[in-house]
Amino acid sequence: MSQLKLKSENIKVFYKDFQALYDVNMDIEENRVTALIGPSGCGKSTFLRTINRLNELIEGTRTEGQIYLDEQPIYEKDRDVVELRKKVGMVFQKPSVFPMSIYENVAYGPRIHGIKDRKRLSEIVERSLKAANLWNEISDRLNSPAARLSGGQQQRLVIARVLAVEPEVILMDEPASALDPISTSRLEDLIVELKKKYTIVIVTHNMQQAARISDYTGFFLNGQLVEFSSTDELFVNPRDKRTEDYITGRFG
Amino acid sequence: MLTNNTGDKFIKVFFWLSGLIIVAILFIIIAYIIVKGISAISLDFIFEAPRRAGKEGGIWTTIVSTVYLTVVSLIIAVPVGVGSAIHLEEYAPRRSWFATLVNLTAETLAGIPSIVFGLFGFVFFVIFLQMGWSIISGSLTMALMILPTITRTAQEAILAVPAEYRENSLALGASKWQTISRVVLPSAVPGIITGIILAIGRAVGETAALILTAGSSLGMPEGLLDPARTMSVHLYILAMEGISMDRAFGTAFLIIVLIVVINYLANLSLRRMSYVNRQI
Repeated sequence: MSQLKLKSENIKVFYKDFQALYDVNMDIEENRVTALIGPSGCGKSTFLRTINRLNELIEGTRTEGQIYLDEQPIYEKDRDVVELRKKVGMVFQKPSVFPMSIYENVAYGPRIHGIKDRKRLSEIVERSLKAANLWNEISDRLNSPAARLSGGQQQRLVIARVLAVEPEVILMDEPASALDPISTSRLEDLIVELKKKYTIVIVTHNMQQAARISDYTGFFLNGQLVEFSSTDELFVNPRDKRTEDYITGRFG
Repeated sequence: MLTNNTGDKFIKVFFWLSGLIIVAILFIIIAYIIVKGISAISLDFIFEAPRRAGKEGGIWTTIVSTVYLTVVSLIIAVPVGVGSAIHLEEYAPRRSWFATLVNLTAETLAGIPSIVFGLFGFVFFVIFLQMGWSIISGSLTMALMILPTITRTAQEAILAVPAEYRENSLALGASKWQTISRVVLPSAVPGIITGIILAIGRAVGETAALILTAGSSLGMPEGLLDPARTMSVHLYILAMEGISMDRAFGTAFLIIVLIVVINYLANLSLRRMSYVNRQI
């Protein structure tokens, strides 16, 4: 059993009159990959976005319950969202590079957090690109526009951009859904590598992917966390009938 | 079938002719102005101050006045226009009463004839605020006129910036303003510049409102409180008072040149900025 990194306590999310999540309780361990699976609209992405308080960007969203990061509650009036999001990075479904150079994309985060020294920025950029397994492919064209990279490279650039902020937790919302099979397998290798240093929570549509890369898996259905256990157990010995039906492909 | 085909061909020819007419109109106007105006053009005509109400000398002071007045109008209107666009697109809640009001106001302002702006500028800036016929009165009036264009185009440009950029930036721990200033606005710059080009065109071409607010003095404006005569106003007076048709055409020619130069410079800065945009 490794250290507890995140703990969600009775998380409920409402969008206007609609309740998207019902009392989600989950313990997420440090340096592990936790996968969230379930059919579309089951609330898995909504739950992911409660961890960095990103749901707040959508008008009319209300969150109840509490999430603890290193035992500190994140839903507190005086909790600094900037500081939270610095610790909890996020990779989105569609790789979205900023219309800037490769270098500037990675340096964006450190810059907004006040790092101005050019030498230090260059070091961070190099380290982050190396950690995202992208350095070797693009080290000779750091100043070319990031938009010219392939989809798989863009997604790794986005990961490098997240790593440059030195987060502790990385949230990934279906990061491979827009990628071809080869890029996907490279991304999966990268995720397994990243968990040595980071805690990873990943939403995925792809059950094989969850089985391949995660240590824990949570199955969501209709806004509820139906089952949460170690990945081996959930896929081999599901306790709940609905989990079994889903992983055997009876619906979803 | 035969009739259908004939109809089709007829329509095709009609559309082709419509296109041709547009090209022809532009070509004829420009050719006419060049032919009639080119004889008046000389270095002296460009760089000398007018004498005897414009009958002799050049039009240098009106060129300076045009650029001066346009630049001051932009300095006033661009920050306000882009600022209100940022407010409407980034801060105001959708369908808030204030956003609706600002949108409605911008639309209404865009539809008001320039002479009405001129009358307002005359009564308010020139007389009530005692600014007199001056660059500043003219520029403030001009700023009011171009504000809706700048706001509208900036709004559209900001709206066109993908929502993912904002999400990604905020998720990296950027504040809202950091996100707007470092990601959203740089991406919107080309669209904003398009609005500025349209605004410049309107400012350079304006006459009636400026006669009422900036006056028609031919002297060289040395400060914001000096009166000024822009090239379009000069052209109007030259033609209207029968001073010199040749010189009117010469002025028209230079107005077109000025517009082309401004558009070229704006495009250049646009390309430069999107280059910077890619680099930074």
